[in-house]
Amino acid sequence: MEQTVLSVRNLTTSFARDGLWQPVVRNLSFDIRPRETLAIVGESGSGKSVTALSIMRLLPPTNSRIAGSINLMGRDLLRLPDEEMRRIRGNEVAMIFQEPMTSLNPVLPVGFQIVEALMLHRGLTRVEAEAETVRLFDKVRIPAAKSRLGEYPHRFSGGMRQRVMIAMALACKPKLLIADEPTTALDVTIQAQTLELIKTLQAEEGMSVLFITHDMGVVAEIADRMLVMYHGDVVETGETAEVFRNPCKPYTRALLSAVPQLGSMTGRERPMRFPVVDIKTGEADTPVETPDTIAQADRPVLEVRGLTTRFDIRSGILRKPAGCVHAVENVSFSVQPGETLSLVGESGCGKSTTGRSILRLIEPRAGTILVEGTNILSSSARALSEARKKMQMIFQDPFASLNPRIKVGNAIAEPFLVNRMGTRAQARDKVADLLVRVGLKPEMASRYPHEFSGGQRQRICIARALAVEPKLIIADEAVSALDVSIKAQVVNLMLDLQASLGLAYLFISHDMAVVERLSHRVAVMYLGEMVEIGPRAAVFGNPQHPYTKRLLSAVPVPDPARRRMARSISNAEIKSPVRRLDYIPPVREYREVSAGHLVQSWGEEWAA
Amino acid sequence: MLAFIIRRLFGAIPVVALVALIIFCLLYFAPGDPATIIAGDLATPEEIDRIRVALGLDQPFHVRLGIFLLNLVKGDLGTSIFSNLPVTHLIAQRLEPTFSLGVLTVLLSVVVAVPLGALAAWRARRAVDRLALVVSVLGFSVPVFVVGYLLIWVFAIKLAWFPVQGYTPLSHGVGPWLSNLVLPTLSLGMVYIALITRITRAGVLEVLSQDYIRTARAKGMGDRVIIWRHALRNAAVPIATVVGIGVALLLGGVVVTETVFAIPGVGRLLVDAILRRDYPIIQGVILLLAGIYIIVNLCVDISYAIFDPRIRY
Repeated sequence: MEQTVLSVRNLTTSFARDGLWQPVVRNLSFDIRPRETLAIVGESGSGKSVTALSIMRLLPPTNSRIAGSINLMGRDLLRLPDEEMRRIRGNEVAMIFQEPMTSLNPVLPVGFQIVEALMLHRGLTRVEAEAETVRLFDKVRIPAAKSRLGEYPHRFSGGMRQRVMIAMALACKPKLLIADEPTTALDVTIQAQTLELIKTLQAEEGMSVLFITHDMGVVAEIADRMLVMYHGDVVETGETAEVFRNPCKPYTRALLSAVPQLGSMTGRERPMRFPVVDIKTGEADTPVETPDTIAQADRPVLEVRGLTTRFDIRSGILRKPAGCVHAVENVSFSVQPGETLSLVGESGCGKSTTGRSILRLIEPRAGTILVEGTNILSSSARALSEARKKMQMIFQDPFASLNPRIKVGNAIAEPFLVNRMGTRAQARDKVADLLVRVGLKPEMASRYPHEFSGGQRQRICIARALAVEPKLIIADEAVSALDVSIKAQVVNLMLDLQASLGLAYLFISHDMAVVERLSHRVAVMYLGEMVEIGPRAAVFGNPQHPYTKRLLSAVPVPDPARRRMARSISNAEIKSPVRRLDYIPPVREYREVSAGHLVQSWGEEWAA
Repeated sequence: MLAFIIRRLFGAIPVVALVALIIFCLLYFAPGDPATIIAGDLATPEEIDRIRVALGLDQPFHVRLGIFLLNLVKGDLGTSIFSNLPVTHLIAQRLEPTFSLGVLTVLLSVVVAVPLGALAAWRARRAVDRLALVVSVLGFSVPVFVVGYLLIWVFAIKLAWFPVQGYTPLSHGVGPWLSNLVLPTLSLGMVYIALITRITRAGVLEVLSQDYIRTARAKGMGDRVIIWRHALRNAAVPIATVVGIGVALLLGGVVVTETVFAIPGVGRLLVDAILRRDYPIIQGVILLLAGIYIIVNLCVDISYAIFDPRIRY
């Protein structure tokens, strides 16, 4: 039996809250063997990140307390003096964080941020360290490594920044790599690349990995063993394949069944609710298909024709336009009452800009947008506000989209009152009614947003959107920031509201598994253009465009048995829709594959 | 970047023109007739009229404005009504003391306040931080002239380390120059030290909670490296802003300080000119200050791009 790399015993981490020590991680014990990957899985507040920070001793010493023992190759990290602990950080244990956009220092060149670690721990000279950094950049497959050394982080895409972070973590050949949600903030295709890279490098370097995630798909993809946490306690631990096949504890079962699984909808026509699992018993209800909500015979609530939105890039003394971001290019679609159309694609594909252009939150360059027959691009300010009553928007971040100083009742009543739809007394009744509709209690109206959890806040945002009795809701990544179980609940709520109110949704998302669950039709966007649109079953079951195929194959499958074979690591970054001024968008042709399933004809660039 | 500087310099032209117009109007409509003052108490109305004609004060508004602007473009700020010397010459004479005082004050403030603020942020809510807070509150609340006379009493009269008043030009040696400027700089710098310390503390404290600081700690970097290399540069933009505003606000303090320490600078020139209604000098000094503000603001904007590589103009 090989010696364990890391052995954690009875780890209890407490935070001081209101003068009391409250444990956030309780009695956690686990081992990581050489070259092994252990995944800690849990939802927000489960204590998984705190565990990682406890091992690194990165928690603020004034209001946190760590007890137990953390044994790294024979040394108890909790007993080491600060000075020695610093020699371990970044040297024997390295860490990658969730947010590649904020985890690198914006005012220091990326190369230097690795160089300083090499000089500190390995005692290299500046020149040696720079040479070593180039080697590390090559290792993490950053193209043109040498020339990118002196560049600043903002010149790198999210995926490339995460590679810089990985290079930084590998710099001193650590025994243990702690990866805290390293792929959560990345697009699916970039996530697949990054996971692949971590796996490859782990094999090359012989490191152990402690992988922290909430994503069961990622766990299935990468972990040898897994440990499920809930509210600071260990729920279950075991071999990944075994836990997936045969989860013992109700919570694990609940978590696994709440995970949106791509392909779970094969053979079904209409959207379906997520199964709801009782956390105590682990019993799941069997979801039924939603009723047919689409009013096919009616006129569409929303018809978009040739929508084009561009942003100029200006430079020079006279600030002349030097280029143009073709954010949305000639996009057309329509949404029937009671229908859900999903817009999917990766960062920068123009899906959010499309949503905002439809509400004229961003002014489009060209096209027509008919809302129940009225073209809102040519209408007066008054007609526009009428039209906006029919369309409401829900945003991604439920924490940022509610004003922290306005009581939620007033926030929900505001659109109702602004649009003069009734008196204050009527607004109060409306708020109470809406709160019940979204699964909250009427008396919660007098509370402030910070008193609610993320899922509850998103329900409040939905209630606010419903206050003006809209026909269409544009949901921009509305469930992306939520935990799996909460995500399932909110999606179920949206489906129930669709059934009871006949709402249409324009659901903007990058999460293919959720999209599969709740859409009637799906439109795939790439670089501002729509590459494929059609009924959900057709697009997912018979994807035509190479980009749709790439997108679908990149989604991690929460089934360890179907773990993908190691592939060569693609360096493809998501391309940018920034064009020169004289760029004339090609005229696109669409081919009808089956009824309502249109695919853009693609050219040379997709040949490979 | 060059394009930005050129654009900003062009943008400064209307600003300068507007300032010129405003100060011209201000003085045109201000009560008090310089001709009467020059002529003295015993002058006859005829004498006063003669002086008025000689100075061009009898001309209509637009003619006087036109002459004023034309001369301005030629770099001629007119001649002092009182001493009959060219205004440019008078200002040039007084520039060195004021410039010395201003530059030394800004330097002292930055050199003392930035490390103090960073230290206070690093040791937030501990003894050093509280001490820095006390120093700042004192700096904010005690007026320049109180600090000035207090310093004179302790260091010039009781201890006799520095001269009480006056100014020695730099050409007479750095030592004498500096010894005359130590006390004025200290008293004028107090409020800026206080201001910059608070801003630095707030900025660094915020930066210390950022993800990339956690990354640096996870790399095993020590506290000192984290504060100086990783945190301070990220907090530099608000600090530069405040230093820039500080330079602009310095003027009020300079006038008082120059009076307390009897320094023959631009501030005193301005005060004397106002008391004598010496219009050309007032106009000249205000224009000079407007020019300095514009340049300082440009420098601050350029410094943003140096501190933060994400800012590109």
